Amino acid sequence: MRISLVASEAATGLRRNLTMTVAAVLVISIALALLGTANLIRQQINEMQRFWLGKVEVSLYLCRDIDSDRPTCPDGAITEAQRIDIQQSLNELPQVSEVFYESKQDAFERFQEQFADSELADNISPDDMQESFRATLNNPEEDYDVVASAFEGRPGVEQVVDMRSFFDTIFNVLNGFQVGALGVAAVALIATVLLIVVVIRVAAFSRRRETSIMRLVGASNLYIQLPFLLEGAFAGFVGGLLACFGLALGKYLLIDQLFRESFVFNEASWIGWDHVLMTCSMVMAIGLIVSIVVSYLTLLKYLRV
Amino acid sequence: MIRLDDVTKVYPSQARPALDDVSLEIDKGEFVFLVGASGSGKSTLLRLILREERATAGTVFVAGKDIARLSNWKVPQLRRQIGTVFQDFRLLPNKTVHENVAFALEVTGRPGHLIAKVVPEVIELVGLAGKEDRYPGELSGGEQQRVAVARAFVNRPSILIADEPTGNLDPTTSVGIMKLLDRINRTGTTVVMATHDADIVDQMRRRVIELEHGHLVRDQARGVYGYAR
Repeated sequence: MRISLVASEAATGLRRNLTMTVAAVLVISIALALLGTANLIRQQINEMQRFWLGKVEVSLYLCRDIDSDRPTCPDGAITEAQRIDIQQSLNELPQVSEVFYESKQDAFERFQEQFADSELADNISPDDMQESFRATLNNPEEDYDVVASAFEGRPGVEQVVDMRSFFDTIFNVLNGFQVGALGVAAVALIATVLLIVVVIRVAAFSRRRETSIMRLVGASNLYIQLPFLLEGAFAGFVGGLLACFGLALGKYLLIDQLFRESFVFNEASWIGWDHVLMTCSMVMAIGLIVSIVVSYLTLLKYLRV
Repeated sequence: MIRLDDVTKVYPSQARPALDDVSLEIDKGEFVFLVGASGSGKSTLLRLILREERATAGTVFVAGKDIARLSNWKVPQLRRQIGTVFQDFRLLPNKTVHENVAFALEVTGRPGHLIAKVVPEVIELVGLAGKEDRYPGELSGGEQQRVAVARAFVNRPSILIADEPTGNLDPTTSVGIMKLLDRINRTGTTVVMATHDADIVDQMRRRVIELEHGHLVRDQARGVYGYAR
């Protein structure tokens, strides 16, 4: 088999069918870029979950005098005995790795620091602040509910704050983007399949004279089909390249230039180039496989061998 | 070389069989005319030999093989043993004479040095030496058919099938093509030719097989065209 001949047949076919091929390449690249985007969002969610949920603490806010109107603090401020009792319980729990205590004074100082420039800081006294326990957990995801429920409603505990509900909002938004990207990707993939079918069909029709002669003189089926499969593969490959380029550009502009500069998030909570590279290879593979398989199935129907 | 045993072919959309219980045998090196009115089943018979179609019933043997049992990927091997020539030449208009002939070898994966050697020989054989670089559009009908014969013969097939090769040609040119086919037959190639051309059949005095409505109505060793009517 002479590869150069097959390749030149494929190239001729591509040139003859340029408009359709360009359309197919563009739609493929859109489908693949969206698919890659969905995958990157999923990885971003994982990344954030690993980073944030690993840092989730159980926060126990303790009762103050002024909290006596709250149902959880009927007796007003927490007593010394109650606080020692809570601290002991925290230390005894096997799920808890470390316990921090923040007194009213600590809280006041942190508040002053955070709102140094604001008038708010001037009107606040240490007594207005709420003392709290922060417990870090060995397995935050599994143990959170166990630990939190142990202190829910305990005398002297005003409330147990679940930090996860804050993250859940972020994750829900990201999940929404992911589902949306997947949905549009699915539609674009269907369009891709249809376009490849048309491209291959038109190519098979415009070369029917050649292929009928090839058949008569006994060219092997693969030899007859290969130029068409190459055309399909080429469209898939170029579409994949464009999609990869788009993904890399998106990661650079959105994450590196926009988010990382403006958010006060830590390095570790963003996906890196390794994720982009992996997604790219996945997207290229999908593009090639889809275009070759669709081309082949089209040939079975529209090219007699 | 070619044997049909009780072969019937019914096309899906038609009630009447295109071929009805036809049995015949063609030996190696024979020259056979296939005659009959349009729709008598000549082309169907040729297509069965090429395995473009499969017999509805009965068996077709080509070169000793039951071709119905041939797996799809082996069909190209079968077709390499059969050269084909058509009424409408079927040349590639954007390729020269040389390229058209070489095409048959290229697409079956023959090495370049073989192509360079064999193609000029065959072009010479069909009498087109000096016109290798012409395009089909620059040639007369007779010359185009010679290119088609060269392409069919360049693989040195053991069978040459010609479906009305003189159908588009004037009588004088037709004689030239017939002489060419005769010469190819003398190299030991079995030639099966479907035709409407009574003069040619009468002149050549070769075996004549006549079909009528899918039935074999005559098989005559040194026949003429109009014997049966």
